[in-house]
Amino acid sequence: MANFMEFFVGTVKLVFVGSKRYYAWMAFLIVLAAIGLAAWSQQLSDGLIVTGMRDPVSWGIYIGNFTFLVGVAAAAVLLVIPAYIYKWGPIKEIVLLGELLAVSAICMCLMFVTFDLGHPERFWHLIPGLGIFNFPVSMLSWDVVVLNMYLALNLCVPVYILWKAYHNEHPNYKILWPFIIFSVPAAVSIHTVTAFLYSAFPARAFWNASILAPRFIASAFCSGPSFIIIAFQIIRSTTKIKIKDEAIFKLGEIIAYAMGINLFLLISEVFKEYYSHTVHLAPMEYLFQGLHGHNGLVPLIWTAIALNVSAFIIMIVPKLRKNFKFLNLACVMMFIGVWIEKGPGLIIPGFTPTPLGEVWEYSPTTTEVLISMGIWAIGLIIFTLLLKVAIPIETGEFRKPGLENK
Amino acid sequence: MSKDKKTVTTVNPRTASRRKFMKGLAGTAIGATLAGKAMASAGSKKSGFLTINSLEEYLQKNYREMTKEEKAQVLARMEKEYSERYGKDVKVKDTEPIDGVKFTYALDLNRCIGCRRCVYACVDENNQSRENPQVQYIKVLQFENGTMDFEESNRYYNPEQVPEEGKYYMPVQCQHCEKAPCVKACPIKATWTEDDGIVVVDYNWCIGCRYCMAACPYEGRSFNWGDPHLPAEEMNPNTHYLGNRPRMRGVVEKCTFCIQRSREGRYPACVEICPVGARKFGDMNDPTSEVRYIFEHKRVFRIKEDLLTEPKFFYFFG
Repeated sequence: MANFMEFFVGTVKLVFVGSKRYYAWMAFLIVLAAIGLAAWSQQLSDGLIVTGMRDPVSWGIYIGNFTFLVGVAAAAVLLVIPAYIYKWGPIKEIVLLGELLAVSAICMCLMFVTFDLGHPERFWHLIPGLGIFNFPVSMLSWDVVVLNMYLALNLCVPVYILWKAYHNEHPNYKILWPFIIFSVPAAVSIHTVTAFLYSAFPARAFWNASILAPRFIASAFCSGPSFIIIAFQIIRSTTKIKIKDEAIFKLGEIIAYAMGINLFLLISEVFKEYYSHTVHLAPMEYLFQGLHGHNGLVPLIWTAIALNVSAFIIMIVPKLRKNFKFLNLACVMMFIGVWIEKGPGLIIPGFTPTPLGEVWEYSPTTTEVLISMGIWAIGLIIFTLLLKVAIPIETGEFRKPGLENK
Repeated sequence: MSKDKKTVTTVNPRTASRRKFMKGLAGTAIGATLAGKAMASAGSKKSGFLTINSLEEYLQKNYREMTKEEKAQVLARMEKEYSERYGKDVKVKDTEPIDGVKFTYALDLNRCIGCRRCVYACVDENNQSRENPQVQYIKVLQFENGTMDFEESNRYYNPEQVPEEGKYYMPVQCQHCEKAPCVKACPIKATWTEDDGIVVVDYNWCIGCRYCMAACPYEGRSFNWGDPHLPAEEMNPNTHYLGNRPRMRGVVEKCTFCIQRSREGRYPACVEICPVGARKFGDMNDPTSEVRYIFEHKRVFRIKEDLLTEPKFFYFFG
């Protein structure tokens, strides 16, 4: 216990002491988080009626953000595969940072889902034993299982590695490797289950497609690593962690292939609906062209396509990919492009038109946007704090007092 | 009580726009606040996260897991609470299904004139929120003769008189599917199919995730986005736990074949009010019932039958 207190005191010092940039960054995030929480208290007080959602479009940007972030969480850990194959050594660092990103992303996912519930205080109804858990019939129950399992996994592995490092010991790889290997199918599973949630029901023709799960994985591989490339550059310029250029460029190459696959799958979907020309075309028509005078999503989706295609070109051309200015631009473009595609570009057409043919246009309210921004801020706070403790442990700067640094 | 054909006060998609919607939202928010204040003494109560009525209510089990004694306690508590809130002698029953009964609905599209009396009778009978949100279980779709493409339908028709020339009307509500996708979807089994075929919701168990609403191919379900506004003088005090008892915000609700009526041998409100006799309801297992006769002698069909949800709601051209 005394050991842990000592550790805790050490982390408090790490968290509260930093550069001017660190303070500015944290202050910015805390302000956004506070605004978001204030908006949430309004939602708790008045109910979900403060959002733009209504019966015709009963899920909105909360679930849109959730879907996007599950992809980021999955991709963060999928880095293990290329890190291992391409021998990016030290793989440990990359796996660690990826898993900490996954933890932050999953926390954001859980917040988005909780804030979307009509009765978040009734969450205990989901706990098997206390409540009733409709597993395995309900796809939502699968999501609850895999997300929590994934969160636990991504907390346990880094905590174990870091606790050992703090004590100047190496982790026991015999125990560790199975968990790291298991995290790969676990990562695939969380995003596949989320995709199955959507593709399960024929009531929503836009989602009821076998292509949904592969598209989710492909676009996840674009969004997650884009964030990581930027994060890696910030980390290696502000801390003692060394990350090779080759690792970053290889990530960029992988992203390029993933976006290529994503664009190919998009073309496949578009061909099928437009050529077959059944009633199921309507949601896609609403998305790309507008339907019956409603075209709120049209500028958004075409922006996303432009961003994704441009980013794809930059990433696939080695000369451009290896130029950090272009690389970072492409990462930002891709992150935003995939967010649009998987967030509003996925959720809203699922409900438009409604099963009985109504076209009702959803747009988020200010409260909804502020809450969403607040949750993003909290997620980034979590990620920053995790790194603020993990990196000094990894570089040897933060050790149990009294131990020589190995 | 006779009702004139009313207009439905929702947005007409043909003229709506995002700006109008935002304006409307602001106006609605102001209106809601004022209306809320006005209705404060008339039965509208903040029912959300910060206002859990009692620890008992919070810890309440799913209806199907309660013992007889627990149910009796819950019903008594609710009767007391609702009676106080609405100033009426409110009864909350938990009438069991009648043995061997399978409720079925049949709607004669040749007779329906699109008057929407059923919509409003349902609202009155089932204690639905009147505004913010306005909940209506029945949606009446107007089609041009010659098509049944839902995308060509219009639910916001508002002529001087119905029926209009060259059009026909199809009311749609929860279809009480044998293979209900909503029942599959619910992560906590807050919605299920009873033995007499009625698909019900335990409002105190629902966490408001709205996955069931995403799963339903018939727009059968509505959500209480805000605290329901139910004027005390319009409240129907004859309620059923799984049916028309007053709901709270943040939960899903839907047609229950007027469970508080049908389990006592009465017709649902929509069947009773229909002025042209388009609506037929009864027990499919009873060889002498109207619905059985229609099923055996009329050309019945179900909507979106290819989804294999097996609705208990049949349509026919009588």
